[in-house]
Amino acid sequence: MKVMDTPAIRTSDGTGPRTRRAALRDRVVRTPGGLSVRVDMRAFAVVVALLLAAFTASVVLIGTGDFPIPAVDVLRTLMGNGDAGQEFIVNELRLPRVLVGLLVGASLGLGGALFQSISRNPLGSPDVLGLAQGSTAGALVVIVLFSGSAGQVTAGALVGGLVTGLAIYLLAWKRGVHGYRFVLVGIGVSAIVTAVNGYLITKADLVDAARAVVWMTGSLAGRDWSQVWPLLWMCAVLVPLVLANARGLRMTEMGDDVSYALGVRVERVRMLLMLAAVLLTAGATAAAGPVGFVALTAPRLARRLTRSPGPNLAASMCMGATLLITADWAAQRAFGADQLPVGVVTGVLGGVYLLWLLVTERKAGRI
Amino acid sequence: MSGTSANGTSVSGTSVNGTPANENNDKSTRSTVNRLSAENVTLAYDQRVIAEQLSVEIPDNSFTVIVGPNACGKSTLLRALSRMLKPSQGRVLLDGHVIQSMPAKKVARTLGLLPQSSIAPDGITVGDLVGRGRYPHQGLLRQWSTEDERVVRESMESTGVAELADRYVDELSGGQRQRVWIAMALAQQTPLLLLDEPTTYLDIQHQIDVLDLCAELHEEQGRTLVAVLHDLNHAARYATHLIALRGGQVIAEGAPADIVTAGLVEDVFGLRCQVIEDPETGTPLVVPAARKARTRVAAAEASS
Repeated sequence: MKVMDTPAIRTSDGTGPRTRRAALRDRVVRTPGGLSVRVDMRAFAVVVALLLAAFTASVVLIGTGDFPIPAVDVLRTLMGNGDAGQEFIVNELRLPRVLVGLLVGASLGLGGALFQSISRNPLGSPDVLGLAQGSTAGALVVIVLFSGSAGQVTAGALVGGLVTGLAIYLLAWKRGVHGYRFVLVGIGVSAIVTAVNGYLITKADLVDAARAVVWMTGSLAGRDWSQVWPLLWMCAVLVPLVLANARGLRMTEMGDDVSYALGVRVERVRMLLMLAAVLLTAGATAAAGPVGFVALTAPRLARRLTRSPGPNLAASMCMGATLLITADWAAQRAFGADQLPVGVVTGVLGGVYLLWLLVTERKAGRI
Repeated sequence: MSGTSANGTSVSGTSVNGTPANENNDKSTRSTVNRLSAENVTLAYDQRVIAEQLSVEIPDNSFTVIVGPNACGKSTLLRALSRMLKPSQGRVLLDGHVIQSMPAKKVARTLGLLPQSSIAPDGITVGDLVGRGRYPHQGLLRQWSTEDERVVRESMESTGVAELADRYVDELSGGQRQRVWIAMALAQQTPLLLLDEPTTYLDIQHQIDVLDLCAELHEEQGRTLVAVLHDLNHAARYATHLIALRGGQVIAEGAPADIVTAGLVEDVFGLRCQVIEDPETGTPLVVPAARKARTRVAAAEASS
């Protein structure tokens, strides 16, 4: 292609601002073999900062409790050089809980970012779409109708979330899933499932009802290694799969026609990523209960930090993990160990954020 | 040329009765002649049929413009040619292959589309948006080559948006935004480019701007362009090949100078007019008859 003179149109060299901007934001790493990777430096910095924050919060959280441990000792114990008592508390009691928190937060952040990008709507997050309610329904059925064990409750929640996700997808399907229909169908499904949940609670005897309510608040209390491993496996499979499809997802934000014309298999990408998002959300909810609003807030906060268009998947994931761990630490710090479930903290923070979001969206004329 | 579709029907009808070899020959020669064609396609949204047994060939290296009254199926035809809409019958061929069966990225390297509706993501800059046109040339390990960078720069320069590279797309005017989208389609570097009403919502200066740009792409870079246009005079001035549609059927096709006549315009649009020579370009210029003249004729017809 040759550069041509365009008489009808203002001409300019135009290279100045572009190079300046490229130098500011994007780094391109190229190998002689023709491979090239483009890194948004600001997004990269945000991810690193969030990882550091999550790590720091984790260390502080491990040190917090009825038996406080200084951060230095926590680090030493994590390296394998602590005394026996600290080793037990850190490795057996508190580390798995923190890891569950990190993985749940990361899954919710990533799942939320995927849902919001697919629905092209900041309200299109699993909290609003009723996925959490679906998981709750699954868990309640096991608790109330079968008085099942903790493991069975987890399985029930997973199935409930997956079924709800599938129902929303099928109901919203009409030559491809589209933003508003998706959100509206989700809100409808959410209302129905909430009613079912209310009915189940009224049917429960006192012990089951108390157990159900604790589960429904969303808590990290008492989580151990048996919850860590399934979550870790799920993330190990889904996160690379999602990130590999992130470029296609970024294209679909320009509308189906444009992305299709650019060679994105829109429906395939969307279905795959939706499935991943449902799995991530349902898995996280099964492990920690419906921890509210992390999936809603993390992607928006991440975008505010990266200031970059697109789904911001990696940043949302790290933001989710950081948010959840920080919220858990705040809950324990303010109210004492395991007095306040983390779901309450994220619920309060997220509720305030949702109000703010509704007001700004309304001002911008988008709803 | 209204016979084209009728011919197409009869050919596919007889092939069932035992002349498949003949028909195959016919098709293979056709597809080597032109890269993009639609063969006996029936186009429908759900149950609503827009066009039946429609056959269209896009001559290589042409600037083909599709015209016709509202709801005649011109945008639908363009959607079918760009594989956005799967024909319920018949097939669209690109380089001799059924377009739906080709790998998505391969098609996207051959055929570009500028659709009517496109969404600029929140907070995206011009440079980023144009860069996204490189998607079909990229991969997980080939995300941003020096060639990508060069092509994006050249695409922005040739559409005159290079100086806007750092601006947010939301803050541009309609004309600028349309040129940014064209730049994105150019960055895709496809020999065939389809444009769905690229001049809609633009004022007259920007309409001519965009059409001049298209003409340049066609003349200087040898790209094959297919555009849907509303303005018959623009179509007659810029097109090298004109396809007139009405009710999902091709009424006429050919060079504007050969086919644009008062009779055709009345036939296709139901409008009485004079066709005179464009004083600037010598192409046909459609001048609608004055209201009085039209009502007089209508009255005379009614009384006779």
